[in-house]
Amino acid sequence: MESSSSTRQLLWFFAIAVCVKLLLIPAYHSTDFEVHRHWLALTHSLPLSNWYADETSPWTLDYPPFFACFERFLSIFAHYIDPQIVDLHNGLNYRANSAIYFLRISVILSDLWLLYGVYRLTKNADVKRRYLIWVLIVWSPALVMVDHLHFQYNGFLLGWLLLSISFLQEGKDLMGGFLFAVLLCFKHLFAVAAPVYFVYLLRHYCWKGLVRGFSRLSVLGAVVVAVFAAAYGPFLYHGQIQQVFNRMFPFGRGLCHAYWAPNFWVFYIILDKVFSFFLKKFGFSIQIPAASFTGGLVGDSSPFAVLPKVIACNRLKQYLKKKKKTQWTWCKFLTT
Amino acid sequence: MGKKKEKKEINEKVDVEAVEIEDDTWWWLTHKGIGATFLCISVFALLVRVAVSLHPYSGAGSPPKFGDYEAQRHWMEITLNLPVLEWYRNSTGNDLSYWGLDYPPLTAYQSYFHGLFLRFFDPDSVSLFTSRGYETYVGKLLMRWTVLSSDTLIFFPAIFYFAFVYHSSCHSSRKNDCAWHIAMLLLNPCLILIDHGHFQYNCISLGLTVAAIAAILSQRELLASCLFTLALSHKQMSVYYAPAFFSHLLGKCLRRKNPIHGVAKLGLTVLGTFTVVWWPYLHSTDALLGVLSRLAPFERGIYEDYVANFWCTSSVIIKWKRLFSVHSLKFISLTATVLTCLPSMVQQVMAPSSRGFLYGLLNSSFAFYLFSFQVHEKSILLPLLPASLLALEERRPFKWLMFYGLFSMFPLLCRDKLVLPYFALHALFMLLYHAPCGHGGRPRNARPNNTKFDYFDSFKTFMNGFIYLSSFILHIVYLTMHPPEKFPYLFEAIIMLICFYQFALLAFYTNVKQWSLLEHSTTEEEKKLI
Repeated sequence: MESSSSTRQLLWFFAIAVCVKLLLIPAYHSTDFEVHRHWLALTHSLPLSNWYADETSPWTLDYPPFFACFERFLSIFAHYIDPQIVDLHNGLNYRANSAIYFLRISVILSDLWLLYGVYRLTKNADVKRRYLIWVLIVWSPALVMVDHLHFQYNGFLLGWLLLSISFLQEGKDLMGGFLFAVLLCFKHLFAVAAPVYFVYLLRHYCWKGLVRGFSRLSVLGAVVVAVFAAAYGPFLYHGQIQQVFNRMFPFGRGLCHAYWAPNFWVFYIILDKVFSFFLKKFGFSIQIPAASFTGGLVGDSSPFAVLPKVIACNRLKQYLKKKKKTQWTWCKFLTT
Repeated sequence: MGKKKEKKEINEKVDVEAVEIEDDTWWWLTHKGIGATFLCISVFALLVRVAVSLHPYSGAGSPPKFGDYEAQRHWMEITLNLPVLEWYRNSTGNDLSYWGLDYPPLTAYQSYFHGLFLRFFDPDSVSLFTSRGYETYVGKLLMRWTVLSSDTLIFFPAIFYFAFVYHSSCHSSRKNDCAWHIAMLLLNPCLILIDHGHFQYNCISLGLTVAAIAAILSQRELLASCLFTLALSHKQMSVYYAPAFFSHLLGKCLRRKNPIHGVAKLGLTVLGTFTVVWWPYLHSTDALLGVLSRLAPFERGIYEDYVANFWCTSSVIIKWKRLFSVHSLKFISLTATVLTCLPSMVQQVMAPSSRGFLYGLLNSSFAFYLFSFQVHEKSILLPLLPASLLALEERRPFKWLMFYGLFSMFPLLCRDKLVLPYFALHALFMLLYHAPCGHGGRPRNARPNNTKFDYFDSFKTFMNGFIYLSSFILHIVYLTMHPPEKFPYLFEAIIMLICFYQFALLAFYTNVKQWSLLEHSTTEEEKKLI
């Protein structure tokens, strides 16, 4: 009785959020809208072997394969509603109401997965904490702005993360690890949490004496490898794994994205701007690319005026290739 | 017998405990007092209004006449560029046939100020003649901001004043009920759709009216008369509430030691406020009559389009426009309106009370809506306001009125392409009405487990359910199907019939309710008026 009323209440919170999200359908959306529409078309019209090789649009696929499969799943419905949405060439920059409504509603519906994650996470929490968490996640303004205005599918992805955490909370570490591995194959950005997961699972799941611990470690490893094999296997088969990695890790874009994230490298950029300003005052001729950091363009040329460009170390990549290791590590950033 | 009593006590205790645990749902909203609760809810209400503003307005992209949006923009253009005396007069600069001003002077002053705001950012939007049919992104943004600012500066504070007064005087008010009531007042889907969708400024006149009502509840009658006069000077439709204000204040004055003194004070306040607002037009009877003739366009006929009032609904059978002239119809509708207002007015003069006053507002606005001359679909906002003020006392009738009020406006909103906001706001309202622990729908002191099978109750429930379902299906039918060639307005007529039936029932019920207050008040005359 208690749990059914609590489920109804959670659905009530979600329904309120859905009403607001529906009102935001005609609002501004960024180029990410066209990105996702193109990926619907790409995955629908082309065979698997062309997903990461196609160049029809500048918005190439740069998420891991499971997300591409998710887009493929959505494209089935898109095709049914309006075939032009998933047309590879005629659907470019398609702005009809059918496309806008379909994509917006797909994000709203995919938030149900977030809802499930929240539900599982708060099932056993005490009443006050449960309501607070519901309000903070289901009614999160940041998620509404990024998912339902700018246009992305973060609600769906965070649902996987919350689901994984909820299993860890219940002590089901293997399931938690499995779900996290699945999440990594949806969006590799979540690899920032990989060290935490690794340490936690090692200590909590595998630290159980020599034999038992080692067997648990192998089971965990096997599960993770199985997930990655399911995701990347087909591309390994087609010999496209290098292309996939190039698309997923576009180091050519440089250290900072078009719009600065508030991280440490901001200081580097500020230092560069200050130096270029003062050096120019003192008469040195410095080429300052116009609005290099705030212009919003993504390119291969160095946006820095004075300080050296920070790039991924080529030599380290070659070293890794030599050792034939294909593990998940970010390269160490060194200057040339 | 003793065992039954014990059981009842235990049941009540369990109920109270269950309620206490349930109350925890909204502890984070209500534990800091009414001010914080109001702030939270009003910020959400503002978000909803901004979201609705993204959608089209009335007459978007449809030359040559466009719609209410163009009318408001045109008034800004006129008031900004022409001298005050020219505003209501036909001249080369002011062509009254193209959206001439037909609201009282306060609307004109408000248009002037908004025009200043628009001119500062985008002069082309209000330049004389050349800005007709001006439709750009920036123009729309500025216009929407004028409505949003009016709402925030006038309507929201008025609602806070009312909620503060109402809940401080009502001792048994629970915090959750107070929050629920504020949500019902601020997230009124009809008002949001009309003001921020279709494009009007009802928030100003309704806000001033709410402030006047709150002033009456807090025994500040002079302030109330001043505020209500301002509301009347903003939109003449506020006259729907005039009988209630008049009868309540008269009733109050008659109970004082010196009634003439009270009446004189109120009369002077009203006249003074009118003089201040209408000052530019009071120097000659011509000017005054010029304005008044714009306010009452009798030549447009007793009804227009398909509004759910008596004249339009009965015209299916009795063709009023053919049987009578405009002059006789004016007289007939006036008589009918006065007769319908009379019971409520009499009750208030005999036994004025705050609760009776709120019912009086509801009844007089119903009377005017159902029987007055030239009523628009949007006028349902006027009965809806006192119904939402009374939401805690009359929960189910309030929900019905909101549902059918929205339904009666559905054809209008479809024409404005506001179907998505209509459904989203309707759903939002129903969800908030049935909020967990808001006790929405359940009467306050519900007797649980009433096992006696009441045939009348079940018949009522069946009929209500049937009409709800038919209305819902009619929404879908209206959107998807075409009416037959012989009756192109068949669906509008059916909607109008259903809504009129519900409004008539509700009006009858609320009149009976107000009249029954008379018996209560005679026994409680010594006790403090709530």
